[in-house]
Amino acid sequence: MQRRQLLIYGSAAGFGLALTLFAGWWQVDGPGAPEAAAKRPLPLTQMDFQMTDQAGETVGPETLIGNLSMVFFGFTYCPDVCPTTLSDISGWLDDLGDEVADMNVVFITVDPERDTVEAMAEYVSYFHPAIQGWSGSPQQTRQAAAAFRANYEKVSTESGDYTMNHTASVFMFDTEGRFAGTIDYHEPREFAVPKIRRVLARSKEETS
Amino acid sequence: MKSLATAAVTALSLFLGLPSAIFAGSEDVVVENPWARASIGTNRPGAAYMTVHNTGADPVILLGLETPLAMMPDIHQTTTDANGVSSMAPVGEITIPPGERVSLEPGGLHAMLMRLQTPMIEGEVFFMTLIFDDGGAVTIDVPILGIAARGPEG
Repeated sequence: MQRRQLLIYGSAAGFGLALTLFAGWWQVDGPGAPEAAAKRPLPLTQMDFQMTDQAGETVGPETLIGNLSMVFFGFTYCPDVCPTTLSDISGWLDDLGDEVADMNVVFITVDPERDTVEAMAEYVSYFHPAIQGWSGSPQQTRQAAAAFRANYEKVSTESGDYTMNHTASVFMFDTEGRFAGTIDYHEPREFAVPKIRRVLARSKEETS
Repeated sequence: MKSLATAAVTALSLFLGLPSAIFAGSEDVVVENPWARASIGTNRPGAAYMTVHNTGADPVILLGLETPLAMMPDIHQTTTDANGVSSMAPVGEITIPPGERVSLEPGGLHAMLMRLQTPMIEGEVFFMTLIFDDGGAVTIDVPILGIAARGPEG
């Protein structure tokens, strides 16, 4: 009798556990999973693309390995978000000073039609000198954006021109090219500098 | 003589950033801290920012903008979705309740200056007129700051 009860309780518990696991799977990985809010970029070491920097040099993900990196997407015909992001980043770099002397800071254009190497060179010259401007062919731009899991889309405006919708987050990578976090566009500015400092501190711990 | 006096008053009110016409509602609008970023040439759209304060007792509706600087000035809003993708769209009319302020600031609402007629040069100032539903208009001076400016202080 006792054994039978044990068996019933045991199987009930087992069933409960299975149900919990199933529910967990359903919500996290299964069909019930929420749309991934924002996919993470690949590690730089697994990316494969080529672009041209503001000085006309061929660059790619391998150019960034060895130092901390911040990468973000935009376009120079962008009146609001992009100059704001570039000036925010210039401010963070000013705050961090020598701490980020070796950091790679890369602005990648999603508007290959209008953003030539010359246009990028002029544009980035108005911001912090560490900020680089990378551009490429439409195909190269697609490859770069895909590697960072960034989205962009051309949209017509009422003036007969077009604008670009694009991922406005800043992606951080450690010295070995591993993804180290995101600074979202709408994130309060006070959070950005401490976030960068944490990535700096982590990479120092690892190398010492 | 009278027209001279009117012109002087208008000029003074333009200079002070006060409403230049007497209409219900819009005469109580005060525009605070206007600023714009310098442009690179005229091909790229410019952006201007300000706070529009309705100090009156009635709601006012901002219908649109006019400026000799740009053929198509319009108020746009930037939004960022859950995937971190930013997009921009015209907002149409903006109702400002009595006593309230509407801020045009980086990353939110902005005066999008499409089809620039002249480059926006740091240190210069341009006129912009805000047009309201009561037929009134408020003309302000907008100082042009550097391209990397983050707010009205630079």
